[in-house]
Amino acid sequence: MDAMNVKPDRVEFYGSAVSSRLLLGTAQYPSPAILSEAIRASGAEIVTVSLRRESGASKAGQSFWSLIRELGVKVLPNTAGCKTVKEAVTTAEMARELFGTPWVKLEVIGEDDTLQPDVFGLVEAARILSRDGFQVFPYTTEDLVVAEKLISAGCEVLMPWGAPIGSGRGLNNPYGLRSLRAHFPGIPLVVDAGIGLPSHAAAAMEMGYDAVLLNTAVAKAGDPVRMARAFAQAIEAGREALLADPMETRDMAAPSTPVMGRAMLGD
Amino acid sequence: MKIVVNGEAADTRAHTLAELLAELGLADALVATALNGAMVRAPRRPATAIADGDRVEILAPMQGG
Repeated sequence: MDAMNVKPDRVEFYGSAVSSRLLLGTAQYPSPAILSEAIRASGAEIVTVSLRRESGASKAGQSFWSLIRELGVKVLPNTAGCKTVKEAVTTAEMARELFGTPWVKLEVIGEDDTLQPDVFGLVEAARILSRDGFQVFPYTTEDLVVAEKLISAGCEVLMPWGAPIGSGRGLNNPYGLRSLRAHFPGIPLVVDAGIGLPSHAAAAMEMGYDAVLLNTAVAKAGDPVRMARAFAQAIEAGREALLADPMETRDMAAPSTPVMGRAMLGD
Repeated sequence: MKIVVNGEAADTRAHTLAELLAELGLADALVATALNGAMVRAPRRPATAIADGDRVEILAPMQGG
């Protein structure tokens, strides 16, 4: 294919197109400077942010916000830690005012050990927020029926977990993720949470996921900036591999070197 | 007047949410506010009275995943 004819490979979330398929979290970095540098190295155009109680003395939130604004990235505010529909909806409303965006990464957490979504509360909150003009990115499981209900509730993006938040286990249920992809070919799907290594992110992209959202794997690496770059490369490689149409796997060997014309050197 | 700000007991002379923010040095800060669990948008703060025992939440941008 002529390089001039290659269409830019972009992904759209609620009508907003981005080139980078890595969405990066901003928490747990060793320092604000390393956070900045890691975001730049990752090439991410969307970063997740949150809102927390501000103390009059430290004003930590204000300096964090100016750092993010300097980077010129889009922000995706989350409702992390919310356990009820009411909490999540109020937090989303406050985030919309604070960050000036209708985007919200909707989390309604149902269980403390796994931080797994309360999918019943999630669907209810998604319906309320969508009706109120929010563009909801729901943090969900790979369950097909829940996915269907989230779409009926107004979600135009789904973000199934790879594994529990912060666990670094990768894709716990490849079969479930693959069937979710197959069932919703037209919906942007983002693997969110549980990614530990660039190879996990590449695998998600090879499966046909549109993007990957991660935080801890970069923030808690010995060298977060280098890891951010590694993830960017892996995600690009996985995407390219998908577009290149991988070969079929088979059970038995098939010689790659032509057999015809081989010298007969045995006895 | 005794109120609760961000989960901690506080004594204030403020009569409105806007005055409370000023008292805390947050008049110009980018924050979102809630009174007794319900969000109060920025333009409503000067007209939102606070009373003894009220719970106020003042939230700011923060790192998140």
